[in-house]
Order: sequence, then structure tokens, then C-alpha cells
Amino acid sequence: MPVRIQTEDFDVGAEIAALRQGNPAIGAIASFIGLVRDANEGEPVSEMTLEHYPGMTEKALERIVDDAKSRWDIIDVMVVHRIGTLRPCDQIVLVIVSGAHRGEAFAACEFVMDYLKTQAPFWKKERTPAGSRWVDARSSDDVAAERWAR
Amino acid sequence: MDNSDLAQGLAAAPVQAGAITILYFARLKEALGLGSERLPLPPSVATIGALREFLRARGGAWEVELAQAKPVRVAVNQEMVPPHTRLNPGDEVAFFPPVTGG
Repeated sequence: MPVRIQTEDFDVGAEIAALRQGNPAIGAIASFIGLVRDANEGEPVSEMTLEHYPGMTEKALERIVDDAKSRWDIIDVMVVHRIGTLRPCDQIVLVIVSGAHRGEAFAACEFVMDYLKTQAPFWKKERTPAGSRWVDARSSDDVAAERWAR
Repeated sequence: MDNSDLAQGLAAAPVQAGAITILYFARLKEALGLGSERLPLPPSVATIGALREFLRARGGAWEVELAQAKPVRVAVNQEMVPPHTRLNPGDEVAFFPPVTGG
């Protein structure tokens, strides 16, 4: 399974080792880690809760991974996304891409994140001193995903 | 018989023919006070867009949250779809706000 959704934290080193499995064809690994920030839109954020659509979220992520594999000459992809309540500095999401060369791995990693942001059904609610609020989708995320349209 | 009739015929086979499941997520679930419901598919409701109008006519929070100006996304059987998508008995339909993961 190239995709995992979980409440627990993840160990980046262990995930990379699992993806590599000593495969000598791998010459490059690109990874992205998304973290909870302590502020958003000018307000301090003390906590964030992530909701998802069980079943659809996994399917959407698997499709994004398949899409990345069809677009670039890469070897493997792993996506781990957390749900539940998280605090500033916590890890939210991990994307790892392995390939023979860095160019394809970097591009595929960025593509997976851009599509995840706009296609995978997750929703964030954050707690601020003024109360809890749902995070609004950003148009800049749509723009980032549209770069890859073809 | 065109393709949509064929799909309707196949989907109508299960025991609870005629009903759809509707799921609500995030801001919508909270505002509507409802996470899911089973709904007999009204004869007048053929598409996702028509279902949204049907639900909006419930008034109150439904009218506010499902208003045309609100950015609401819809999935049928766990695939995001446009409003003109046809509905079939047995479908799992989900309404939710634009996604904000990552």
C-alpha cells in the first residue's frame, strides 16, 4: 500500500528505509514533510483537527500516486497523512518518492503534494484564541495544482 | 435503452432499491447537524445538481449551506463529480467544502 492514513505520528527515517529496502536501482529520494504551524492568517493556532472521508481519501491518494508514476520515471512513492488532533510542530503529512535520478523524484514529490492539497478529502479545523474555525481552501493551492494539468 | 437506463437498471437490483446514502463532512456536517442519511430518491431528482436543490429546499441551515454561491464539492461513489452527474439508486453521495489537507 503506497498510502496510509493514521492518527499516530510517523518516523521519517523508518519510512524512507522501508521504501528503499536496499534497492540498488534507487539513486535519489525526495521527500516532503508538512508540519502544523503556530499561526494562520494572523491568528495564533493552538491546535488543529483533521477530518477525512474514509474510503474516498485512500482512493484519491492512490490515484494521485498512480498518476505520478505514469508521468515520471520513478520507482516508488509513499504517502502518510495524519488525522485527528495535532499541535504546532507536529508532523501532518509525509510524501517520499524514490527514483534513479533527482529531477524526476523532486518533480513527482511536488506533484503529489499539489494534487493532495486540492483532490484528497481532508479538512482542517483550527483552534485560535477567538474560537475554532474551519480552514478555508486557498486559491494558491488550485493554481499550484493547475501547473501540472495536461 | 441508453447507457444511463442500463446503469439505472443494474444499480436498482439491490434490496434497498430507490434509496441513496448521503454523507456530509466538515463545515457542512457541523452546520447541518447531520453526518449521514438514507433518502428515497425522489422521482424529480435525476442529477447531483437537482439533489442539491432538493436538499436546499429544506430551508434553514440547508438553504444557507447549499446555496449556489457556497463552494460545495460533491462526490458520487467516492469520486468527485460535476453537478450534471446523474444519480442512481444505491449511490453514495457526499457533500463537502473544498478540501484543506496536507
